[in-house]
Amino acid sequence: MYNVDQYFEPETIDEATALLAEHPNLLIIAGGTDVLIKMHSGKIAQADLLSIRKIKFLETIQKRQDGTLSIGSLATFTQIANDPIIKENIPVLKEAALSMGGPQIRNVATIGGNICNGATSADSASTLFALNAKLKLQTQGGERVIPIEDFYLGPGKVDLKPGEILTEIVISPEDYQDYGGHYIKFSMRKAMDIATLGVSAICRIKNGVFEDVRIGLGVAGPTPLRCQEAESFAKGKTVSAQTLAEIGKLAVKSTKARTSWRASKEYREHLVEELSQRALKVAIKNAGGESLA
Amino acid sequence: MLKKISFTVNGKEVSLEVNPGETLLEVLRKRLGYTGVKKGCAVGECGACTVLIDGTPTDSCIYLAVWADGKEIITIEGIAEDGKLSKVQEAFVEEGAVQCGFCTPGLVLTTTAMVQSGKKYTREEIKRELSGHFCRCTGYQNIIKAVEKSLED
Ligand SMILES: Cc1cc2nc3c(=O)[nH]c(=O)nc-3n(C[C@H](O)[C@H](O)[C@H](O)COP(=O)(O)OP(=O)(O)OC[C@H]3O[C@@H](n4cnc5c(N)ncnc54)[C@H](O)[C@@H]3O)c2cc1C
Ligand code: FES
Ligand code: FES
Repeated sequence: MYNVDQYFEPETIDEATALLAEHPNLLIIAGGTDVLIKMHSGKIAQADLLSIRKIKFLETIQKRQDGTLSIGSLATFTQIANDPIIKENIPVLKEAALSMGGPQIRNVATIGGNICNGATSADSASTLFALNAKLKLQTQGGERVIPIEDFYLGPGKVDLKPGEILTEIVISPEDYQDYGGHYIKFSMRKAMDIATLGVSAICRIKNGVFEDVRIGLGVAGPTPLRCQEAESFAKGKTVSAQTLAEIGKLAVKSTKARTSWRASKEYREHLVEELSQRALKVAIKNAGGESLA
Repeated sequence: MLKKISFTVNGKEVSLEVNPGETLLEVLRKRLGYTGVKKGCAVGECGACTVLIDGTPTDSCIYLAVWADGKEIITIEGIAEDGKLSKVQEAFVEEGAVQCGFCTPGLVLTTTAMVQSGKKYTREEIKRELSGHFCRCTGYQNIIKAVEKSLED
């Protein structure tokens, strides 16, 4: 039995934001796969919960007329893995979704919870970083939309203001159309494991030249991050093994890896250099480019 | 603060008042006597507590009982019909996929959901579907064979 006193289960977002405004101590719960684990371990000793599970429209995944993709915060990883819109437009997020947990976890864990939990290892985060995803955060008074990069403040710390609920993850057409991508989760086990490193690479190619490359990394620093130097270098360069090798080296410069029981700093840096190239190789193929040996 | 909830377990309607901190696992085992639902890790890692909720395999140890309101729950007790083992259970017996049996209820339920989906699975896909179940005895080979047998037409 978890130590829960008050429990609210509103059916609309307006009710939910009103309840949050009225009871600032409420802890939001979606799938509960992070919250309940923390309550079990005592990291959260007691909580009053605001469940958002009954706000059905938060489960919606849609493509708007202008090509903008919108993923409701309550979409589960199973839903994302099976969704035809995701598969057709951003299959790299499907790869990330399937790498996460095991089936029973994916059946309940939500993408919104994955982001709001603030872990650098969150399997959806590196891909959402690479896709320049934006987050829609709603309060009783209004809403704001911010880039996902600005949302992560530190380990387990996100810019969720009191009274706010993450409602939607938004990806603009110019950020995904004509891109190919690939996600590599490096972990000790093939399933049910937390990433030692997560690499999501996406690219757009024209006539054998990189028009754009974006690389998101998880567990290469206290928060997920982008490889700015490698990305600016890549722009306009010929797609070749040499270019990739340089991208791999530059990718390491963006990292702030540290030693943990899972892996040493040096090993993680080695993984960044190697896996960013491997992820990009597959991304190149998925973007319609010539495959490199 | 108690909440009144109603749901079905193996087709039987149940109504009761639960504390919002109670898990579905606790309600099923302690209050309703469905002890085929096993408690292993209690933190979503091992799959021993798996039940089907509206047909979907779910770890009941990290699923609040209040969320079960209005749902159809199937536990291992609801799989055999009229005292006759299901095709999946038969396959587990025939393939020797059971040693101590602690992981078996969860595995049978996940396999049952796979059969009900009507989909075809490769060996790799079978492994992926089973990856949320830990078995500390068998080494998995016979379990995979039992799942393959269950999925045969
Ligand atoms: C066995 C196991 C294996 C796991 N494996 C992985 C893995 O491989 N990869 C991985 O990335 N994670 C993994 N996790 C962690 C967890 O499952 C994910 O982070 C999951 O996506 C969390 O989603 P949830 O809906 O369960 O979140 P919850 O636990 O409900 O919430 C998580 C946090 O986000 C907040 N929150 C949730 N939704 C919102 C919202 N809409 N607006 C504002 N705040 C919100 C909550 O208050 C809480 O702080 C695993 C967990 C378990 C138990
Ligand atoms: S007891 Fe629920 S997953 Fe282990
Ligand atoms: S048979 Fe003992 S845990 Fe699987």
